[in-house]
Amino acid sequence: MLSSIWAIFLKDLKSELRTRYALNALLMFVVVTISMILFATAGEVISGELLSGLLWVVIFFSAMSGLSRTFVSEEDRGTVIFLQLATRPSAVYFGKLLFNLVLIFGINFFVVIAYFLTMEGFKIKSFDVFLAGLILGSLGLASASTIIAAIIAKANTKGTLYPVLSFPVLLPLLITAINMTQLSIEGAKLVETFGHLRILFSYFAVVVIASYLLFDYIWKE
Amino acid sequence: MEFKLICKDIRKSFGRLLVFESINFELTNNSSLAVAGKNGSGKSTLLKIIAGLLSPSSGEVIYQINGKKIDKLDWFKFVGFVAPYLQLYDEFTGYENLEILAKIRGVKDYKRKIEDILKRVNLYARRNDLVRGYSSGMKQRLKYACALLHDPILLILDEPTSNLDPEGVEMVWAIAEEQKKRGILIIATNEPEELKICEEVINLDELKLKAKGQIVK
Repeated sequence: MLSSIWAIFLKDLKSELRTRYALNALLMFVVVTISMILFATAGEVISGELLSGLLWVVIFFSAMSGLSRTFVSEEDRGTVIFLQLATRPSAVYFGKLLFNLVLIFGINFFVVIAYFLTMEGFKIKSFDVFLAGLILGSLGLASASTIIAAIIAKANTKGTLYPVLSFPVLLPLLITAINMTQLSIEGAKLVETFGHLRILFSYFAVVVIASYLLFDYIWKE
Repeated sequence: MEFKLICKDIRKSFGRLLVFESINFELTNNSSLAVAGKNGSGKSTLLKIIAGLLSPSSGEVIYQINGKKIDKLDWFKFVGFVAPYLQLYDEFTGYENLEILAKIRGVKDYKRKIEDILKRVNLYARRNDLVRGYSSGMKQRLKYACALLHDPILLILDEPTSNLDPEGVEMVWAIAEEQKKRGILIIATNEPEELKICEEVINLDELKLKAKGQIVK
């Protein structure tokens, strides 16, 4: 099972490095969104709270533009049967989840660096709180996005359905992650954010377990 | 090891459209079945149900080994499947496609197996070319390589000779004969030559006529 998961992850990674479908879309999206924020707020002094929200807007829409590829490309190209005949559904889910985790961590690293370099008002006082929120937020985002991608891959209107379906599911996660980023700007200590961390970790755990249980029904027609 | 495939009262409909019903058969090692019928009669649908890719609307497909029922999640270990709608990763080479499949399946000593199978389907010389550059016949050969990589007990072939040249057709006959000796072969076709390979034939059109109460000769 573990070797199958790893093989699916490596297959997706190799495919992505060759075709660059998701990577190019994600990087372009990040660059364009941050540029738009800069143009819209030129000369304005923006509060840390607002910048925290905007950071997660960039992360959310970047995820929406790239994370669905992992399932949608299989469905579009008709390679779903190849995987269905090769292994258990759960191995496919965890392989795809692993790929999306790597993708979202890579993109978030790029987003945060770009954000620090371009947003003058974005000063983090508690880096441990910021990193904990970013890592757990990314885990939750990738896990929910993966299962929603598997669902919408079967639909005809994939592009529009993905953010529409994802938004209500991701709302509790986004609100908590934005709060965590705000707290890191205010200089809160890590122990003070345990409530938020518990929510973020529980969200990730619940989504992964529910996805594991439901994926068989989604994967096979 | 005695492998048995049982189809019990299989019925499939898409919404109000009834594709077929009352399909019953049992197959054991060293047997073969051809599924015939006009276009749209449900041949591919039946094959997908047998392979576990689709669920029947009612009825049950059972895989048994020595009388013990196999969990549906493990069916993939026993099935080899070739069909026109099965697609390969065209950004990878033929060898890479087989390597990926072998790693996902956990095939042991896969390098030697891949080389052997590529020679068997006559793709060894083109193994390092991207599948994107393959002709439709070469892709069909690669699908056979994928299907046979794990030595399946149950080999399912939908339109087995489509896109193949005479040499490729000969290769399919050889694979089919070998499969009949060591497992179960199921073919969906309308070609008289291909129907002759199999010991038993299910004609889905005749089943529909029977269901409607019309006489079938």
